[in-house]
Amino acid sequence: MVLKEYRSVTSVVDPLMTVTGVEGVKYDELVEIELQNGEHRLGQVLEIDGNNAVVQIFEGTSGISLRDTKVRFTGRPLTLNVSEDMVGRTFDGMGRVYDGGPELLPEKSLDINGEPINPIAREYPDEFIQTGISTIDHLNTLVRGQKLPVFSASGLPHNELAVQIARQAEVAGSEQEFAVVFAAIGITFDEAEFFLDDFRKTGAIDRSVVFVNLADDPAIERIATPKMALTAAEYLAFEKNMHVLVIMTDMTNYANALREVSAARREVPGRGGYPGYLYTDLAGLYERAGRLEGIDGSVTQIPILTMPEDDITHPIPDLTGYITEGQIILSRELYGQGLEPPIDVLPSLSRLKDNGIGEGKTREDHAPTMNQIFAAYAEGKEAKELSVVLGEAALTEADQKYVAFTDRFENEYVDQGNFTNRTIEESLDLAWDLLKLLPREDLTRIRDEMLDKYLPKGE
Amino acid sequence: MKSGTIISVSGPLVTAGGMEDANIQDICRVGEFGLLGEVIEMREDVASIQVYEETSMIGPGDRVEVTGEPLSVELGPGIMAQMFDGIQRPLDTFVEKTSSHYLGRGVEVNPLDRETEWEFTKKVEVGDEVSAGDIVGVVPETSIIEHRIMVPIGVSGTVKAIESGTFRLEDTLYVLETENGEQEFTMMQKWPVRQGRPYSQKINPVDPLVTGQRVIDSLFPVAKGGTAAIPGPFGAGKTVVQQQIAKWADVDIVVYVGCGERGNEMTEVINEFPTLIDPETGSSIMERTILIANTSNMPVAAREASVYTGIAIAEYFRDMGYSVAVMADSTSRWAEALREISGRLEEMPGDEGYPAYLGSRLAEYYERAGRVITLGADEREGSITAIGAVSPPGGDTSEPVTQNTLRVAKVFWGLDSSLSQRRHFPAINWLNSYSQYSESVNKTIGERLGLDWDGLVNRAKLLLQDEAELEEIVQLVGVESLSDEDRIKLAVARMLRVDFLQQNAFDDDDTYTSFDKQNEMLLAILKFDDEANRALELGSYFDEIMEGTQEVRERISRMKFIPEEDLEEIRELRAQIETDMREVLQKGGVN
Repeated sequence: MVLKEYRSVTSVVDPLMTVTGVEGVKYDELVEIELQNGEHRLGQVLEIDGNNAVVQIFEGTSGISLRDTKVRFTGRPLTLNVSEDMVGRTFDGMGRVYDGGPELLPEKSLDINGEPINPIAREYPDEFIQTGISTIDHLNTLVRGQKLPVFSASGLPHNELAVQIARQAEVAGSEQEFAVVFAAIGITFDEAEFFLDDFRKTGAIDRSVVFVNLADDPAIERIATPKMALTAAEYLAFEKNMHVLVIMTDMTNYANALREVSAARREVPGRGGYPGYLYTDLAGLYERAGRLEGIDGSVTQIPILTMPEDDITHPIPDLTGYITEGQIILSRELYGQGLEPPIDVLPSLSRLKDNGIGEGKTREDHAPTMNQIFAAYAEGKEAKELSVVLGEAALTEADQKYVAFTDRFENEYVDQGNFTNRTIEESLDLAWDLLKLLPREDLTRIRDEMLDKYLPKGE
Repeated sequence: MKSGTIISVSGPLVTAGGMEDANIQDICRVGEFGLLGEVIEMREDVASIQVYEETSMIGPGDRVEVTGEPLSVELGPGIMAQMFDGIQRPLDTFVEKTSSHYLGRGVEVNPLDRETEWEFTKKVEVGDEVSAGDIVGVVPETSIIEHRIMVPIGVSGTVKAIESGTFRLEDTLYVLETENGEQEFTMMQKWPVRQGRPYSQKINPVDPLVTGQRVIDSLFPVAKGGTAAIPGPFGAGKTVVQQQIAKWADVDIVVYVGCGERGNEMTEVINEFPTLIDPETGSSIMERTILIANTSNMPVAAREASVYTGIAIAEYFRDMGYSVAVMADSTSRWAEALREISGRLEEMPGDEGYPAYLGSRLAEYYERAGRVITLGADEREGSITAIGAVSPPGGDTSEPVTQNTLRVAKVFWGLDSSLSQRRHFPAINWLNSYSQYSESVNKTIGERLGLDWDGLVNRAKLLLQDEAELEEIVQLVGVESLSDEDRIKLAVARMLRVDFLQQNAFDDDDTYTSFDKQNEMLLAILKFDDEANRALELGSYFDEIMEGTQEVRERISRMKFIPEEDLEEIRELRAQIETDMREVLQKGGVN
């Protein structure tokens, strides 16, 4: 096919460029731009109206001259070259080789937008992943094919948590290790190095595919980065039968890049200036997790986002929470208390836990103890608040028991450290150890038979 | 077929010229892939088309073909137990046809299977006069649903030919002599989704829709033919509540619209529903369920259509004389789809960018619910109960979708994240939720159970309200400063919250509670209240009462796990409460 080349750029408003007099251009088409100094950039058609095409330029518009820039429409959407050799390699945010190694011999080229999965062709995720972290395994269980984001905020140790999960995650009862697809989206060099360093130390790097868009890389490129990563993940999982853990950080930067483009297009802004289609756009990413019928592989997503001003009602965490299957929330207060990892279990949630736990998967007492811990911890926290107002003397005897439970829960159960790897049995046993602090008749979430069997006897 | 040419493409919105013959709401085939779209605006010969599939690699110059028909659903046997996308393409046929796990573009599949043979039994004879809505015969579609074949809307005449026997969907089933001469009819009819199907008259809903969920049935009931909204932030359990209702509601048919929600949730429904047995019919609940799945990553315009597809199908079954529940999860995603298209059309935005017509669209939708006398000579009664989840940003219910919904929906089940964080499920806040059907529905229930149900429920509600006020005092001065009467009140309210309102959807016995059991449970708790207050009057102290009733209170806390067959056990509790309280009094020696 002959590429159509134009020199008719009529306006440039970062990050957009309008080309007039074009013919046969399609929506979403990939565009190659050649600057007057020979530099090449990539773009994508965002809107096509008659003979005018609006093109979004991934690398930004600096240095583009209206007169001398050449624009070629390639007749295909933005794609990623994939092959099994991607594993162990590092790419930039647009999927180009970044580690100085040889070019990839592609097996095929895939449209980075992917296609929506037919819900009827999905396999419901129900295989327990043991992360070795009690607050996740026992209380907010992760399963293979789930999308479970970490809601964090500036200054909190979300990277440490993500690395710990990547290091420790295993499917219970199987020796299989996860392949890790890691997408750095507008994070700093230090942060990216923190991940890569740990991957190198543990050898995880040999089963990783890394996409890096750093804070000083072009912002608009970030719109492509997670799609690149997910395309690679889908390929490895569904065509090469691997179990893939996708870590994407920081989704807030992705949404901000989207806002930038939307503002440049003068679209009617939604909440917080973000475009009205932010939900649909994020869903297009998050929904690319899962398992497919008849295929062994799986894509499990752990997107990380920092909540601006620690505000969970901010559009990015809010819309994310409506799409993902739960959320792990880090708390500044617990972090201040020195808890590691500072996971606040009460607002955290895993929606897919129910099918991944219980007899045959983890242990029969998993769900009831989980419910009981949540209820008891909530009650203990309330009692603690009360004692702040009224003093400890005002607490009833029952309340005091809950306060004692809460303290031990935080200091022993939550605060396990970034290098402790607990089996699910260890987490459950620890839970029983704490529950015995409470009066037996208060343990209403647990059936009698189970109390008889598991509740440690005596004081 | 007439055709035009694309002028511009922006996301799901395409404009095309040369479309002077197209009508608003006409369905088009767009571009070389033949993507489905609908005309939503006309300016001279230029049509704005919202496209139901991804528009990547579509561009000016591509052809647009106009079908001349509005977006319609196919109605007939083969529709039950199916899962469709937002424009009624069956998802399993989709897999067969494309042999892919993904939803490709431009795939054309018939909504209903043409090859299946159905056993038809006629209900009218040659020579009978029939008109719209009359049932000419029936087809046993699933083990529990009898599909009633009705004379299509706008048709009347004399039956010229009709036979019982085996027919396929498009075979001629019967012939009518109409004003316009002889007309042949098949089992299938089509209906434009955006238009409500006519009925004879609306009547007031008074019968309860029994869901087996205690907080709903007892405190905030919805009537068959009513409307309800479930607003709540993420993680508060909207979807679980919706699914529980879909599973257990005592309606004939459930249409479940997954509108812009998670793919895995729909998969869960497909896996789980066939394995669940309806306590009423003894058959799998899938046999009465129709699923419309337009997940969040499926094209946004089809999401807009999905709720209409759902309610049009519901109306068809209502017209057969069935009670139908339509669940839409979530109407906020539908509203966002409206907003997105409106923004691309460059319409003047209203509140928070939503189009100014948001309120009227929502009202139109909910108004299609109701209890009606249908068309047809036998004056059947049918109903549609519309239940919509709302996902307010940040859980803030002052936003436009919630507010506009509350203006039309009569029941409000307000989900509360502070409850769900304490794992109080269903997290329906008992202080701010309401049901405008309470009075009429409670009267019906009371007559059925033979007692003052309304009085019972109101007493429970009052206790819960008093608790909230007392809690405020406790926050300030501590629980010790309360009188013993108030402390009993707190203890009983706690029982109501923990032992009655909390219900575990994942426990085999707790997941569904019949009215009889709900009644027994309430009576037991209120009995405790009566007896404890009497003991106080006779001179006992709060601490004595609590100590002496520890065992019976533990039994109250476990009554939710008592199976439906053993209700006697709960009844015995009442006697036990009396006995234990007498002991308390004796021990205290009644000073």
